[in-house]
Amino acid sequence: MNHDYQYTPKNGFSKWLDKRLPLMRFADENLLSFPTPKNLNYFYTFGFILTMCLVTQIITGIVLAMHYVPNTLLAFDSIEHIMRDVNYGWLIRYTHSNGASMFFLAVFIHMFRGLYYGSYKEPREIIWILGVVIFLLMIITGFMGYVLPWGQMSFWGATVITNLVATIPVIGEPVLTLLLGGYSVDNPTLNRFFSLHYLLPFVIFGVVILHIWALHVTGNNNPTGIEVKDSKDTISFHPYYTVKDLFAYIVFLLMFCYFIFYNPNILGHPDNYIEADPMLTPAHIVPEWYLLPFYAILRAVPDKLMGVLLMFGSIVVLFFLPWLDTMKVKSARYRPLYKIFFLLFVVSCLLLGYLGAKAPEGIYLFLSRVSTIYYFAFFLVIMPVLSRIEKPLPMPIGISNSALNNSVYDSGDGIASGAPSYAMDSVNRH
Amino acid sequence: MNIFKNIFKNNFYFFLILFIISGSVSAAEGTTFKNQKPGFSFEGPFGKFDKESLKRGYQVYSEVCSACHGMKQLSFRNLSQPGGPEFSVEKVKAIASGYSIIDGTNEYGEPIERSMVLTDRFPKPYGSKDEAKAANNGAYPPDLSLIVKARVDGYNYLYSLLNGYEEEIPEDLDIGDLSYNPWFPGGAIAMYQPLYDESVEYEDGTIATIDQMSYDVTNFLAWAAEPTMEERKKLGFIVMGFLFIFLILMYLSVNRLFKDVH
Repeated sequence: MNHDYQYTPKNGFSKWLDKRLPLMRFADENLLSFPTPKNLNYFYTFGFILTMCLVTQIITGIVLAMHYVPNTLLAFDSIEHIMRDVNYGWLIRYTHSNGASMFFLAVFIHMFRGLYYGSYKEPREIIWILGVVIFLLMIITGFMGYVLPWGQMSFWGATVITNLVATIPVIGEPVLTLLLGGYSVDNPTLNRFFSLHYLLPFVIFGVVILHIWALHVTGNNNPTGIEVKDSKDTISFHPYYTVKDLFAYIVFLLMFCYFIFYNPNILGHPDNYIEADPMLTPAHIVPEWYLLPFYAILRAVPDKLMGVLLMFGSIVVLFFLPWLDTMKVKSARYRPLYKIFFLLFVVSCLLLGYLGAKAPEGIYLFLSRVSTIYYFAFFLVIMPVLSRIEKPLPMPIGISNSALNNSVYDSGDGIASGAPSYAMDSVNRH
Repeated sequence: MNIFKNIFKNNFYFFLILFIISGSVSAAEGTTFKNQKPGFSFEGPFGKFDKESLKRGYQVYSEVCSACHGMKQLSFRNLSQPGGPEFSVEKVKAIASGYSIIDGTNEYGEPIERSMVLTDRFPKPYGSKDEAKAANNGAYPPDLSLIVKARVDGYNYLYSLLNGYEEEIPEDLDIGDLSYNPWFPGGAIAMYQPLYDESVEYEDGTIATIDQMSYDVTNFLAWAAEPTMEERKKLGFIVMGFLFIFLILMYLSVNRLFKDVH
């Protein structure tokens, strides 16, 4: 809590260790005494929740891999073997399959929070970019994981999505062959997807460490978007945010448990309980719910290649966010116009998710085109324009003042300029 | 809690829009064909299987359905395990020994035929998929192990389908050699009506109406799709109960901790 606080080894062993490998110092500075803005709300607990999601997926995944067989003739039955014969196999498998959904639910909230409070703006551009990298890796991992049970949706989903690669001119076909390990989705595909599905979570873990590292250099953003000025603005991470994060995580776990124990298949598709049959195409091929918005964008475009480009573009555009929105004021709290357009953006994303599950025809097609246009317009037109014309609301001087509801206001200009004082401080400490 | 109040106050419009959207989405959904819902004992958070119905359901499966439909995920031992029909082990051994299987070859390379035991899977009705198709109008009778999970609203759909064959075919529908069942997508189904009154003679003396048999076999198939359901719901109650107590303690901790943070 005290800003001038320094880690001091207490006993002989920690003194000895501190000179050789300052592990305790590292943990103390990053997990315990780490100064954190005191006004973070519950939307800021999703970082911790997401870390727990990743750990849960890795642990359950490792156990599942002990029983799963990546072979087209055996994969489906090996999943049923896990469900029926492995001790608590049903629990591990339902936790893993629903865990993927929970992971994406949390990451969507985490990203919308970043958008709302301007967490991607200077000096946090790298944190945001690393976050988008994690999101992209999550999508690839989730997609490959869905193929492994080798049900009808696994097979046909994989067929539809991998075939998108073939639309890319010149290199499309050979890349597709490399991806599939042949000319259609078959045993080689399943094998490499399994291998990559096991590998990528550890890559994600690595990028998560960079993500947190970058966060601990600049410090947290907060709902006011005003940088921390002095130690009065912060509290130590432990016990304040360890306890608060844990409380939020338990709320999240209760919802997670509802799905695991009382509705484990509602987020999946019934067709995935039918073994993959290359001779029988399902009436509707739909991806998992968390990929539906992207699927809707893909199908909203009449041209196949353009659809693929827009679908990937919808994620690529996120990388450029810090330079599309140049408004100095970070938080949407003080940006009345941005707030409205942001809410419309959330609506368009939800709508795209809904439309992704519908046949692309009639009103559904029209709505998905409108939503797709809005999705891109939000980033490419609305953000740059608002950065120039929007007049932000009067802002409090600092975090402490705002919390006290002090009526001393500043125009808001120049609030975000300059390096955050305590970040400088923490640099000086080392 | 003040923090919650603030979240809702600051984001009122967001929640309002969310609410409107979710409302309109669910309103748009309600137009599909509704399954009959007879009400099953395994529904709900504390639902358990009706063991007597499961036993009758197995009888319907073994005497009627198993002629064409396999259940490759099930072994005979499952019939006596907790959370299922819970036949006695002796009874299941007797059931299993009524079937035989080719199990390897002897030292002369001749196939050995033996009667089935507890650890054997349910017998397969056909040697191959092609044989099954040839015997059934070109349609493959699906494996029933997971059929309840593999259909939307599985058990209600299955019950409605089995109970829903109709003699009178709508005039505008040409079904050829197939049978008419309004619950089946498209109405024309390759499976002939499988159940008639008194198709089986129940061991426990229950009167075997079409409705009763549909209900019992649906119960059985719902259990077969997920034999661990009772265990799952029981564990869920314990886990969520623990988390709930933990939640209250953490709620109090957060409040106490942040009381002095302004």
